[in-house]
Amino acid sequence: MTSNPRGVPTVPTIVLVGHGMVGQRFLEALAERGLTATHRVVVLCEEPRPAYDRVQLTSYFSGRTPEELSLTDAEFISDHGIELYVGDPAETIDRAARTVTARSGLTVEYDTLVLATGSYPFVPPVPGKDSDGCFVYRTIEDLLAIEAYARSRATTGAVVGGGLLGLEAAGALKGLGLATHIVEFAPRLMPVQVDEGGGAALLRTIEGMGLTVHTGTGTQEILADADGAVTGMKLSDGSQLATDIVVFSAGVRPRDQLARDCGLSVGERGGIAVDEQCRTVADPHVFAIGECALAADGRVYGLVAPGYEQAETAAATIARDESAFTGADLSTKLKLLGVDVASFGDAHGATADCLDVVYSDARAGTYKKLVIGRGGELLGGILVGDADAYGTLRAFTGSVPPVSPEQLVLPAGSGGAVQLGPSALPDAAVICSCHNVSKGAIRDAVTDHSCTSVPEVKKCTKAGTGCGSCVKVLGQLVTAELEANGVEVDKGLCGCFAQTREELYEIALALRINSYQEMLDRYGRAGARGSDGCEICKPTVASIIASLAPTIGASGYVLDGEQAALQDSNDHFLANLQKNGSYSVVPRIPGGEITPEKLIVIGEVARDFGLYTKITGGQRIDLFGARVEQLPLIWARLVDAGFESGHAYGKALRTVKSCVGQTWCRYGVQDSVRMAIDLELRYRGLRSPHKLKSAVSGCARECAEAQSKDFGIIATAGGWNLYVGGNGGATPRHADLLAKDLSDAELVRLIDRFLMFYIRTADRLERTSVWLERIPGGLDHVRDVVVADSLGICGELESLMAAHVAGYRDEWATTINDPEKLARFVSFVNAPDTPDPVVGFVPERDQIKPDLPLLTIGMRPQQPADVLEGSAQR
Amino acid sequence: MTLAPETTDLKVQLRLTDGWFTVCDINRLTPGRGVAALLPDGSQVALFRDRSGTLYGIDNRDPFSGAAVLSRGLTGTHQGRPFVASPLLKQRFDLVSGECLDDASVRVATYEVRAG
Repeated sequence: MTSNPRGVPTVPTIVLVGHGMVGQRFLEALAERGLTATHRVVVLCEEPRPAYDRVQLTSYFSGRTPEELSLTDAEFISDHGIELYVGDPAETIDRAARTVTARSGLTVEYDTLVLATGSYPFVPPVPGKDSDGCFVYRTIEDLLAIEAYARSRATTGAVVGGGLLGLEAAGALKGLGLATHIVEFAPRLMPVQVDEGGGAALLRTIEGMGLTVHTGTGTQEILADADGAVTGMKLSDGSQLATDIVVFSAGVRPRDQLARDCGLSVGERGGIAVDEQCRTVADPHVFAIGECALAADGRVYGLVAPGYEQAETAAATIARDESAFTGADLSTKLKLLGVDVASFGDAHGATADCLDVVYSDARAGTYKKLVIGRGGELLGGILVGDADAYGTLRAFTGSVPPVSPEQLVLPAGSGGAVQLGPSALPDAAVICSCHNVSKGAIRDAVTDHSCTSVPEVKKCTKAGTGCGSCVKVLGQLVTAELEANGVEVDKGLCGCFAQTREELYEIALALRINSYQEMLDRYGRAGARGSDGCEICKPTVASIIASLAPTIGASGYVLDGEQAALQDSNDHFLANLQKNGSYSVVPRIPGGEITPEKLIVIGEVARDFGLYTKITGGQRIDLFGARVEQLPLIWARLVDAGFESGHAYGKALRTVKSCVGQTWCRYGVQDSVRMAIDLELRYRGLRSPHKLKSAVSGCARECAEAQSKDFGIIATAGGWNLYVGGNGGATPRHADLLAKDLSDAELVRLIDRFLMFYIRTADRLERTSVWLERIPGGLDHVRDVVVADSLGICGELESLMAAHVAGYRDEWATTINDPEKLARFVSFVNAPDTPDPVVGFVPERDQIKPDLPLLTIGMRPQQPADVLEGSAQR
Repeated sequence: MTLAPETTDLKVQLRLTDGWFTVCDINRLTPGRGVAALLPDGSQVALFRDRSGTLYGIDNRDPFSGAAVLSRGLTGTHQGRPFVASPLLKQRFDLVSGECLDDASVRVATYEVRAG
């Protein structure tokens, strides 16, 4: 960019002060309106990095890197000719000369100045607030500083403030492994968003996670040692709290100093005063947007969605389009410390004559309140613990919902609940509140702009690209609209097959097809026939063939013939590949019950081969660090001692956990260990669309955590209750009760049917929890099919399972007796006795761990990469 | 190159700077799967054979992880190009050009392979 000599501006210049989330949205709005082509755009940014997703800051502790949090890239900036100066904040504004001067001395003339300086954390003026170990939580740099301090010298942390940001900060401290306290002055957590009942549900859940919450308590003083490092805090109730770190999260204040210094008017409690076009009241050349602005309705908005709207308004005004920001919806849906919290509309029931409909389940930690107007219209609400209905409910705000309010808040599966689909919404309903996108606009994107997928609709409308809470509803709308338009939605498995996994299963079963090549050449997409297929469909078809093996005349041994070439790498080596190319080995320990002799064998094998041992979550033992050529030697020892494959490497049954049950436990009412062993032995080796986990608890205390499993069994005085569709992991789901008080035989028969129905109808890599939510009719349909036999297929499902049980063979025992198969277990085909030199280990805590520097020798440095997931589009 | 099905006593050979290096019998390569071979200079190559019998050779090191595992990936065809997907993080590599199909800035070395 050439210099812009004073007094002779060649093109009009827009200067943006601040490159946060709202600043970035403003730049995008400029680009969309073509203003970056007609204007010089200069951005002064205080932080050392371009705009990033501040809302997701805490996700750093679940593995997101600062780079992944970025909201922009070098291409966007350079493609639009934007001059971005990071680490160079604006320091003075001369409104008479229309110049901004940055810290580096850079002075830029502007025609239009946009202030998006955001806010700063409020630190209450308590003694000791500047001690070492006191932090705020606003930027990536704050987060890195807290992390560094915590790792070097802290075991306990306290957050001052139990609002939205406070809970985020508490999540960060907990993520660092600190014993975490939350000190909140108000009588409940999140006092702005939730009411007393919601606060109580939130409190129980958060305390259940091991955090300590002090509500109704002020902070009086921060205590420090002689070196000035934090040692604790003095609270308003006279008590003291020992802590190594204090994070202040007691609210934010608009950063308006720059505006004050140049004589722009600011509100009584801060905020740069602007009109409905986001233009400052005092100077038509200056705009203010986001958290630094005092909007025309007299409010400072601290949420990102209204900030985005202001950014749009400012850009539209600069482009001389009509636009106004007259106020915004304060609806929010957040996941704080893993708890869903949402509030929308008139959440606190401020409207005259309104009534509340409340559903509260203290045990499950859920609280739902809807505020209903005199005419039956939905005015607002609060959801804690389960906010699935947020997208639909918020969109109904202001109208009378088509079903009664109590049906909207009762939990699914309780009989009364109604799942209101997005098809019931009016076109004017706002689906994405971050970008203010209505249902009508989404339908238009499909109908008028020919979008045929969620990613295309996101790109076209921006819906779902803010907080992401509407993406589920968005997906349902896009599919419904496509189907309404008669558009063929490509539901194909991958680029090779136009069929879904379920359809391929039906083809394999009905036509007895037991060869992948035959399947591809006869039923693949035209362009894929005769090809080598792909990494998506090969293991999927391999899994279908394995599930149906005895029935369709395939070998039940996954390394036989063609099947060997189809298996994922882990199945091919019957072990789990680890990051340095070594493998881990998991022998099956049915029900988690093991004799001392067998434990000793595992210990001896691990010792003799120098393996790292760890107890798994599934009540077995994982042995890490085996080289590929050691696998047969290890398994020869294990098979000899009576062990068999645990299928930890397969999309197959993993484990059936159990508590000790009636035999030993004074509370137990059934023999849960025996049942777990029976079930694990019955379903071992069963290939399925995804892994299967199970557990059996001997009483209602549920020590085996059966309700977090794909199929979980809880003993009752009268038999067994069967729960299905549970999940732990990243998206936990409580299992649903399928049937009660079953006898042993009834239980086994029902599980046979359930598993085979899942294997038959699920998508690739679709756990039972997701499957149960996806299939039309949900749990009720599954119950109809597997309990009431509404489709008349239960006989077939049972005989398929019977064939699997009868045909089971241990894969490792088969493999170690087959010299041809064993020949594959070498690092090098031309040097079978040479180990892979890249696989090495170093000691840690008296065991081994991978020698990671070995992996980098001779490699060029790489950015961390995401796991790629295939789809029909690829 | 394409092989006639009856010529199975052939050896898989790899072109190195100083000539052809014999690795193994052709029947050690299962169509659709790979094997790893150790070269005289200590580097590793991943060898593949597709269902038509064509042979391919690329560096065995996965450039994203550093682990020597590409020979253990699943192979396939993407828009007519043969590829292997890394068994670690699933990036796909063109077996002819070595180019990563999911990140054009990354490439692995390729080798000329023949059955002779």
